[in-house]
Order: sequence, then structure tokens, then C-alpha cells
Amino acid sequence: MLYREAGQFKTSYSADQAMLTIPLDRWFVFGLAAFAIVGVPLLASEYLIASILIPVLILSIAALGLNILTGYCGQLSLGTGAFMAAGAYLAYKIATNITWMPIWLVIPLAGLCAAAIGIAFGLPSLRIKGFYLAVATLAAQFFLLWLFVKVPWFVNYSISGVPTAPPRSVLGFDVTGATATNEAKYLFVLAFVIALAWIARNMARSRIGRSWMAIRDMDIAAELIGIRPLPTKLSAFAISSFYCGVAGALWAMCYINTVEPTAFDINRSFQVLFMVIVGGLGSVLGSFLGAAFIFLLPIFLNSAPGWFGYSVAGDIITHIEFMLFGALIIFFLIVEPHGLARLWQIAKEKLRLWPFPY
Amino acid sequence: METLYLIFIDPFVQMVVEPAFLVEVLIGGLMSGVMYSLVALGFVLIFKASGIFNFAQGIFVLFAALNFVGLMDLGVHPILAFLITVGIMTVLAFAVDRLVLRPLVNQDPIILFMATIGIAFFLEGFGESIWGGDVRPVRVGIPDAALFWEAGFGEILVQSSDLFAGVIAAFLVTVLALFFHFTPVGRALRAVADDHQAALSVGIPLNNIWVIVWAVAGFVALVAGIMWGAKLGVQFALSTIALKALPVLILGGFTSIPGAIIGGLIVGAGEKLFENYWGVPLLEGATEEWFAYIVAMIFLFFRPQGLFGEKIIERV
Repeated sequence: MLYREAGQFKTSYSADQAMLTIPLDRWFVFGLAAFAIVGVPLLASEYLIASILIPVLILSIAALGLNILTGYCGQLSLGTGAFMAAGAYLAYKIATNITWMPIWLVIPLAGLCAAAIGIAFGLPSLRIKGFYLAVATLAAQFFLLWLFVKVPWFVNYSISGVPTAPPRSVLGFDVTGATATNEAKYLFVLAFVIALAWIARNMARSRIGRSWMAIRDMDIAAELIGIRPLPTKLSAFAISSFYCGVAGALWAMCYINTVEPTAFDINRSFQVLFMVIVGGLGSVLGSFLGAAFIFLLPIFLNSAPGWFGYSVAGDIITHIEFMLFGALIIFFLIVEPHGLARLWQIAKEKLRLWPFPY
Repeated sequence: METLYLIFIDPFVQMVVEPAFLVEVLIGGLMSGVMYSLVALGFVLIFKASGIFNFAQGIFVLFAALNFVGLMDLGVHPILAFLITVGIMTVLAFAVDRLVLRPLVNQDPIILFMATIGIAFFLEGFGESIWGGDVRPVRVGIPDAALFWEAGFGEILVQSSDLFAGVIAAFLVTVLALFFHFTPVGRALRAVADDHQAALSVGIPLNNIWVIVWAVAGFVALVAGIMWGAKLGVQFALSTIALKALPVLILGGFTSIPGAIIGGLIVGAGEKLFENYWGVPLLEGATEEWFAYIVAMIFLFFRPQGLFGEKIIERV
């Protein structure tokens, strides 16, 4: 009733090819973006912005990146953490050595470096696929982290090996370093999120995205209809690593304020993989929903006993958190293997008929 | 020139000059290789029988060892503790089959793979909330003494626990090989591994077979866990070490039991040699973290199916 596709006439090709063809969808997305830009910095508390919104948004970028590789192109990767680390370390290196470069340029540049590394580690995907490839990407995970820890050049020979992010500003507002306000950091991250999500959505429905999906669904058949596997798979690796690199750079610069290897270990790779699976493979919206769900779940589990007046010892909470997490993953896979994005679609279907059942 | 000399000539010169050290490094490497093989064996068993890539095998090792050690700390006799743990792993196999695999029948392999990661998380939390997260030593009377062996070219130091682990692993592999070749259940398992539908059509109950395979993998995990535990203590780090079984699988092939053994030995010996002759002098050490993965990755370029894996044939 309220939400419907019928009766929305398009009178030009550009209207037909628009990203969001249904006005209600369009207004919803624009409204959400406007609220995120204007409303959230005014209304939300410091804690909400600094400890929840910023990390969720950054992890959404990483999940988008992995979704491009795994969800759209069908190449399973367990090396997300390493590509994020590449972005973080190279962003630090570039920002401190080329001091005149604005930070909004440094971060995409670090993403490009991560993309180059991603191409190198994506090369085996031409010969292998599935779980074999997953193991090959583990090579990236362990080798790159070792490299960043062992080569002091990446951290400018810092003695601790864990340098803090240099203070940089955009339009006169500090966005990185200790002096930056949470609102400025949030808006800086949000700008990247909006741009990258818009690009991802458009890539997915253009030629490159369709060729990824063809490779995913059946690579030999895709080859037979004229899609070249080499550029297609490597472009997926490059773009995915770019997204992960940007996410890693933002994570180090705007969230934890230090460049440290433990933030990008194998558990991070799994975390992002969970986000993609729980959110929905091959869905931009799913990346966001999955990132929010997986990041908030442990926080919820941690604080839930407190709301009911129970107090439980810290390490028992961690163990139970692990158990619940594992059980929830399995539950989700059984109940809805296509993820949260599919639930959203079902809700829209229902909304179309509401309030009349037929 | 200096660097080239250090990379290509110096390590080999040292190997020839000090053969005793070389043999020690090799033995140490092969012994840790045996451990990798034991974990990889569990992966291969499940992958062959059900086509599921069981990521939780590493946690199985930890979980089995935790139960075993926990029971022993309660004063249970080691043999009884061993039998009870085998029982626990069988119940676990049954539970995994009923609660996770059955509802997910016909899903994509990636979904099943994710489900095994879920199992891994669950078991990790479950095991540690029952038995606690401390490092526990295993005392099952595995002799741990330094043996000196007088060879023609010098004295070689060998840990007796390493030798013991080698013997146990060889014994286990023999038992498994006999089980697979000469028992009805073993034959049924091989039949299922070859072709699910053909196996079904000659009357092999697929459901029971899956439970059996997961239970056998649990048993292998228990043996691996005790061996690892005797060496390093039972601790969470075991599951990370168990990840090394993945490159071992790549080298050996996902579907080959001898491949898992030989792949493990190659990886174990290779990473110790590399660490001692190239890693420490040239790369500041800790190369063991990634050596196996990089070797596996390079290897994949030339033989994607592994040393002993079945040739991958694709049809449109």
C-alpha cells in the first residue's frame, strides 16, 4: 500500500537507469544520509559516536570490500585483516613522509597500495578456487603482518613499533590524531562510507559487476561467453583490497589512533567474513547490516546481564560470548542463509501488500 | 654479492660443515611435521567423506585435549580419561551431525564452511567455560629426556618425547589404514568418499557414515591434542598452530591420507630448515609463522590439486 513499484512511470532513459528507481526508496536513502550527516553529530552522545558509529562505519567499508570479492566474484578470502593492515601502515608512512599531502588524498592512496598488494596475492586465484584459494589468502594474512612487524621502515624506525596517528586536518578541522573531535572524525569517515558505498552499488550493476557475478556463478561458462577470467578476478581482488586498505587506514587513523599489528590479525579477517555472511553475500546493504550486527552483538552480550541485575565474572562472560556467537552464526545459517539483507527484502515484500493480505 | 652469498652459498656450506646440527634441525622439523600431519589427517577424513571443509578441526584438537587433561586433573586414570574423551568426541560428532549438518543439507559448501567456523567458536567458548583458560601440562608418562646419539660426524641431541610422538603417529596411521582397508565400516567410508550416490544405491546409510567419520576425526584430534599438549601444554594457542594443517593439506591434496602425512613432514622440516639457515641470519627470525603458507601458495601455481590429490576435472 505505502510501498509499491506499480504506477511509478519513467519517461526518460536516465530515470530508467537511476540507481534507486522507486521514489520511496530514494527518499529513504537520501533521508538516512541527511540524518547521518546532520542529525547524528547534533543528537548522538560522544560514546555512541566514538565507540560504536565510527568502528561500525569503518568495518562496513571492509565488509563492502570483502563482499565485492566473496559475494560478487565468489573468491573466498581469509586475508582481509592483512589488506587492512597494508592500508593502515602505508597510510601512516605516506602521511608522515609526504607531509604536504592532504589526508583525504593519503587514505585513498594507501588504498591503492593495498590494491597493488591484493593483486599480487590474487594471482593464485587464476589457477585455483574455493578452499584452496582461502588457504592461499592466509599466506597474505601471515606474511604481510610479519613483514609490517619486522621491517621498521614502515613505522619510521619508531622504537615501540606502535606509532600514534599523526594529526591532520581537513577544511580546518582536525580529523586524525589526539586533538580531533569525535564529530569531525565521524564526518570524515562518513564521507568515505557514502562515496565508497555509492561506487560499490554502481559497480555491482554495471559491466564489471556483471562479469564478476558471471565468474562467481560458473567460471568456465563465463569464459565461454567471452568474459576474460584474468582481468575479472584480478579487478575484484584489486578493488576489494582497495576498500579493505581504506578501511584499515581509517581504523588506524580515526578509531584507535595507533598503527598496531594486533588490530589486523586473523580474528579481524574472520570478523569481517562473518559480517559478510550474516549480512548477506552479494549485497551492499547487507555489508552494513552485517557490520552493525556483528560489532554490536558482543557489546550487547556484555552488557545484557547488567540490565537484569546479574553480575558475572569477566572471563566467563568472554567464554559465553564465544559460545553464543558460534551458536548464533549456525542458527543464522540454518534459518536464513542469505543473510539480513534477505530479511529486509522479505519485509519490503510484506510492506507492499500491507495492510491488505492479498 | 654479500647478500647473494648469504642466500645461496653460506647456508649450504654450514650444512656440510656441521652435519650434526643439520640432522638435529631436520629431526625437530619432522617431529613438528608429524603433529601437523595428525591435524591434517582429521581434515582429510571429513573432507573425503562429506566434502565439508571442517575448519573446527583445530578446535577439536584443543577441545579433546582440554577434556582429557581436565578429567585427569580430577583424578581419573589416564586410560579411563582417554576412553571417556573418545566418548565425548563421539557424542560431539553426533550432535554436530544432527544440529548443524542435517539442517544445512544441500547448501553451498561455503555455507557449511561458515557453519564449521561457528562450531569452532562454540566449542572454544564451551571448552574454556568448563575447564578454564589456563595452560595445563599433560602428564601421561610420556618420557621426556634428552638422548644423545653418537653418529659418525658428531653428537646429536634428540628429545625422547619427540621420538615417542613419532612412534605414536606412525602407529595411528597404520591403524587407520588397516581400519579403512579391512573393516566393513572402513570400506563403506571409502565408498562414500568415492561417490555419494553410488554408495547410497548399494545400501550404505549415509547418515551413520557421517557420524562415524566425524567421530573418527574426533579420535584423531584427541591423539593429536595429547601429543601437542605433552609438548607445549594444553592451551588456546594450539588451535592457531593447528591452522598450519591447512598449507599441509594444500601440499598433500585435500583428498589424500598419505598426502596429509607427507605434506606435514615436508612443511615441518622445510620451515625449521628455512628458519635456522635463512630466517634467523637474514630475516630476523619468526619466519615459521608464514613459511608454510607461502610455500603452499607458490606450490599451487604448479599443481593446484596438491601432490597426491585427484586431478580436478571441470565440466560446464
